[in-house]
Amino acid sequence: MRKLNLRPSTISSKVVMALAGVFLMLFLVVHLFLNLLMLMGDEGETFSNAVVFMTENPAVKIFEYVLFAGFIIHIIIGLLIEIKNYFARPVKYAVSNTSKTSFFSKYMIHTGLIILIFLIIHFTHFFFVKLNLVDIPGDITTDNHDFYAMAKYLFKNGIYTLIYIISFVFLGFHLNHAFQSAFQTLGLNHPRYTPFIKALSSIYAIVVSMGYSIIPIYFYFFY
Amino acid sequence: MNIKLKIWRQKNAQSKGKFETYSLNDVSPEMGFLEMLDYLNQELISKGEDPVAIDHDCREGICGSCGLYINGQPHGPEPKTTTCELRMRSFKDGSLITVEPFRSRMFPVIKDLLIDRSAFDKILIAGGFISSNTGTAPEANSIPVCKKKSDKAFDMAACIGCGACVAACKNASAMLFVAAKINQYALLPQGKVEAAERVKKMVAKMDELGFGSCSNTYACEAKCPKGISVSAIAKMNREFLHAKIVAE
Repeated sequence: MRKLNLRPSTISSKVVMALAGVFLMLFLVVHLFLNLLMLMGDEGETFSNAVVFMTENPAVKIFEYVLFAGFIIHIIIGLLIEIKNYFARPVKYAVSNTSKTSFFSKYMIHTGLIILIFLIIHFTHFFFVKLNLVDIPGDITTDNHDFYAMAKYLFKNGIYTLIYIISFVFLGFHLNHAFQSAFQTLGLNHPRYTPFIKALSSIYAIVVSMGYSIIPIYFYFFY
Repeated sequence: MNIKLKIWRQKNAQSKGKFETYSLNDVSPEMGFLEMLDYLNQELISKGEDPVAIDHDCREGICGSCGLYINGQPHGPEPKTTTCELRMRSFKDGSLITVEPFRSRMFPVIKDLLIDRSAFDKILIAGGFISSNTGTAPEANSIPVCKKKSDKAFDMAACIGCGACVAACKNASAMLFVAAKINQYALLPQGKVEAAERVKKMVAKMDELGFGSCSNTYACEAKCPKGISVSAIAKMNREFLHAKIVAE
């Protein structure tokens, strides 16, 4: 009989973290696509229809739970790995490493924590409203699913808009490494395809980061 | 050339240790880095001081025992170079060179720049071998080996176990070393037999010892004196997943 291993190996943890990350990256695309519907210029009608579809579809409901599991797993494993890594070198170097490395990979925990703070802000003003845990911001609407009205109201605030944009820049930094790193962790490294994957990783990071940034900019400046 | 050296001095494993600065004149640019340290030690001995303890053996880049962290890089500033192969011409006249031991919880300092790398031996003992009968060597051509694979296995076997990958890694991870050793066997028919068991045992030992985990920063690849690619790590991950999920 196989022994049940309660202390997963570093590789197993990393693979689970990568798989959760891949799911989150797919979610980011779907979420971005839906949010960009706000820019259709029809006072959010198409967007609201999409919101209704997403709220009522049972498959989406199931995915919502998977999504939360993905977030929690990714964050917890990330933190545990970081703690383990910290203790692997108790005496630090006097001269910090100057060798050539992938720049963004060194700050994954920092960019990750910034994204976590952003998530808390974002959830407080949007997701928790939907769950009736938090009052509708500014009482601008009576419908707690009217995210268009909420976005319009919240992004009139310059500081709020700026927090979002800065967070998206850091999200881009995180994704730039995340996308290609997931392939490496899952064992998908090939001399022919890896350079292409790395390029695609940067493109994905820029598109997602800029795509999300357009929304607060649109509401702040053009509304 | 004249140089200044800032060297980590530590009496023994228990003591705290600190940096000492030394000035060294008339250093030849053609000197090897270890020769330069020999030269410094000669001066220290003639002054009645304790010489700097360093690890070294072959001094031709194949034994893996010399490993120093020089100006923020394991084995110094040159790529694909061991400390013994590094020449003083890589440094400017009058420059300050900081020399530290490789830092990792698994590589405790014995004295000065001398570290204990036996953690690597423990990983190898866990599975870095093939089981075979002793006695007369078997007929070499009885097992066909694909040339491409044998070349790849040789690239992996080029690992000298110096520990530069651990020293360069921000997480003090030994993934590149373990990957090289695992792939060296996994690529050849003789090693395939025990491949699944090997990867599980070696990775478990690596974790048990407390090496950090890989965050795909690739500093190991940049500083490996034998130029072992991080694709080895991806291959190890594949081997590991195969062993855990598919293999019986």
